[in-house]
Amino acid sequence: MSSHDLKPRDISKKTDQLVHIDPAELPKLPYPYDDWVDPVIEELSEAKKKKRDVSLDGVTNVDVPVPETDEEKEALVAKFLDGLRKLLSKENNWTFLQPLMLSLDNCVKCNTCSNACPIYNESGRIEAYRPLFRSDVLRRIVNKYLKPGGKLTAKFTGADIDLNWETVARLAQMSYRCTLCRRCAQTCPMGVDNGLLSREIRKLFSQELGIAPQELHADGTIKQLETGSSTGITPFALADLMEFMEEDITERTGLNIKMPFDKSDADILLIHNAGEFLSWPENIQAFAIIFEAAGLKWTMSSDLVGYDSVNYGLFYDDAQYVKVTLKHADIAKKLGVKKVVLGECGHASKSMMAIGDRTWLSESNIPRESAMVTLKDIVLNGKLKIDPERNNFPCTLHDPCNLTRAMGIIQPQREVLRKIAPQFREMTPHGVENYCCGGGSGFAIMQSHNFPQWRNMISGRRKFAQILNAFTREEIDPGVNKYVCAPCSNCKGQIRDMINYYDAWEKCHLQYGGLVEMVVNGMTDVPEGFIEWDDFH
Amino acid sequence: MQAVQIITYASVGIAIIAMLVKVFRYATAPEHMRWELYPVPHEKGKAEYGGSYLEELDWWTQERHKDTFNELKEMASEILLLKGVFHHNRTVWTWSLPFHGGLYLCVGWLVLLLIGGIMTAAGAAVGAGAGVIGQIVHYLTVFCGYAGLFLSGLGALGLFFWRLTDSDQRKFNSPMEYFNLVFFVAVAVVGLIAHLTLDPSFTALRAYVNSLVTAGAFNSPGMLFTVELVLMSLLIMYIPLTRMSHFVAKYFLYHSVRWNDTPNERGSKLEQRVLELLQMKVGWSAPHMHPGKSWGEAVTMDEKEANRE
Repeated sequence: MSSHDLKPRDISKKTDQLVHIDPAELPKLPYPYDDWVDPVIEELSEAKKKKRDVSLDGVTNVDVPVPETDEEKEALVAKFLDGLRKLLSKENNWTFLQPLMLSLDNCVKCNTCSNACPIYNESGRIEAYRPLFRSDVLRRIVNKYLKPGGKLTAKFTGADIDLNWETVARLAQMSYRCTLCRRCAQTCPMGVDNGLLSREIRKLFSQELGIAPQELHADGTIKQLETGSSTGITPFALADLMEFMEEDITERTGLNIKMPFDKSDADILLIHNAGEFLSWPENIQAFAIIFEAAGLKWTMSSDLVGYDSVNYGLFYDDAQYVKVTLKHADIAKKLGVKKVVLGECGHASKSMMAIGDRTWLSESNIPRESAMVTLKDIVLNGKLKIDPERNNFPCTLHDPCNLTRAMGIIQPQREVLRKIAPQFREMTPHGVENYCCGGGSGFAIMQSHNFPQWRNMISGRRKFAQILNAFTREEIDPGVNKYVCAPCSNCKGQIRDMINYYDAWEKCHLQYGGLVEMVVNGMTDVPEGFIEWDDFH
Repeated sequence: MQAVQIITYASVGIAIIAMLVKVFRYATAPEHMRWELYPVPHEKGKAEYGGSYLEELDWWTQERHKDTFNELKEMASEILLLKGVFHHNRTVWTWSLPFHGGLYLCVGWLVLLLIGGIMTAAGAAVGAGAGVIGQIVHYLTVFCGYAGLFLSGLGALGLFFWRLTDSDQRKFNSPMEYFNLVFFVAVAVVGLIAHLTLDPSFTALRAYVNSLVTAGAFNSPGMLFTVELVLMSLLIMYIPLTRMSHFVAKYFLYHSVRWNDTPNERGSKLEQRVLELLQMKVGWSAPHMHPGKSWGEAVTMDEKEANRE
């Protein structure tokens, strides 16, 4: 059977691998990648395959252990069904029961969602990646196994899926072949949300079966709650890092800035994605330079979790998500700040400002604001001296899904760029209709097995094409400095990985970074060259 | 009382109950986390590009201006013109628009028949030779009836062939999808033939509605007419039992989820409802969920301690 002929009931077939990705079938990339051919996705070793299921597409980013006996298989299926019942109960899923029921009950199968999904289309239209395919498998299982008379009417209603362990394992993998970008939901005439359904499936596996990607759970929320950050940075390590940051600021700009921590008289608590500390320290530095120059009374927190805005629970587990966001709320309350400003991180902003809004309760309900808004106020109201000519290079903007589609923060970052970057141009489409970077929902930090190759080849492919298309052929030339502004840590991680995968640093001299780096690059009281064109990291 | 009348009473009764159950189920679901999706049409001055109040500096200090007119405009263009399908799936829109337009006219037709039935029960005349109101009801009934049956039948037929011939669709269709559309086509075809041949001005149908209102006797003008009554009654009952009653769900999908951007405020009712929900017991089995504890306890436990346990 071809990967394009698959029907939902085929999900339970007993085959080693249900679909195969053929690099020759992937859509062509624009100039200078006209002749680019991706390598075949690396096959996992037999030893690795024995330990984890890869029977969907030969790829894995969530380890579903392969049961050794029939009893173990039956136990897995029974536990899955238990979880499904809990997912549909008020007590266990009050957090999302209404949206879940509405999306489960009301799909009319018009397939409008398919055209909106970059993963499905950039895979060469592999059925198992189709938004409707994944949600319809779940829907059919619910209809057959949980609804009264479901088995009796299964042939008529199409609930013809056999629930075996292969179905369960593949459903887990399928929920992690979606970046939760919700572009499909935006086009659904009914308002059905396949992204939500993917997240609900992930929740079921995590909350009932204890199955979740290591990067999100063990090395993500668990580590963050225990050590303070999913990066492993402890409060002690943070102090060392800050010392380095201060020295680096002085070295690069001549400015002497003391990083403020735990200031009791601060108006603003600034929280960064701790990934910035390690991968993009210039982002942290740029924020400090801007906030100091603008005369803001601000602080950061050195409390456990308080210096890392990351909340990977958002992607897979309601309890983990609430645990982390409550820590953030408590820290803001303890410091007594007037507001929390979220640094350049889309999912952190969404977790504290939108989804988490209803978990910041009573006295802990400290107002939160996106840094895009704070920066707009600073830049557009003349609180900094900026020479746009310093940013006179081709520049485009990537819209993080969480900031735009999920929160409606569209214009502030654009208004800043229009003010400071003469050659700013939009991608097509952009704003609320943007495409995901390909690293959404935690994909950007998943580095194990062959998943990074899949991520760069497929989930990020549309974004990479969009980036290339934002520049003219002349500008694509490696002799021209050009910049992709991505005001989100996870998006930056994904864009960095794609530039490496497609060798775009060498071929196009494509640089990427945040918005604050561009602001500082344009500031006249800072020496020229804050953006370092010859340093790719 | 004739069997067909009993079928109609039962169908309408079941339909009303099924619809109420559906509304109750969605309306009483607990307060959920925010999950809005932009553009949100009531965002004044921002809806056009998908912006929100979160774009404002210190947004919590600003007065929120909801653009109710724009929201109503968006709803109207979605309900009447199927704007979303028009923009994202033109093939479906081509058939879905006449189908839904026809259904709206059919609903109007049934309402007009009910009004006419009540009028005749009260002794007022309805027809070409009646007074102004009686004439208006008569001509509107004729228009809505024929146009509604024709358009809904045509749309359903188009959608049926689209589902049948589109290779992507075929993978996902169940017998029910085809049956539902055939059901609509059958009602439209039987209804059109029955009225064109037996009851062109819907006088008999109005008399039937009158008999339902008064629980009185009724004489069918012919077998095909009775078949139409049975089919139509069964369709009225069947719709709420399936996802074809998505018009109910769509209200909640848009207003409770997609456009629900209400911020949580200290001391608000919303906050109170969430605090109550946090008292419920966790039933999930994974160890990190702390089964048996309340949600409030489970999410505030010292994780280091809990993990050591």
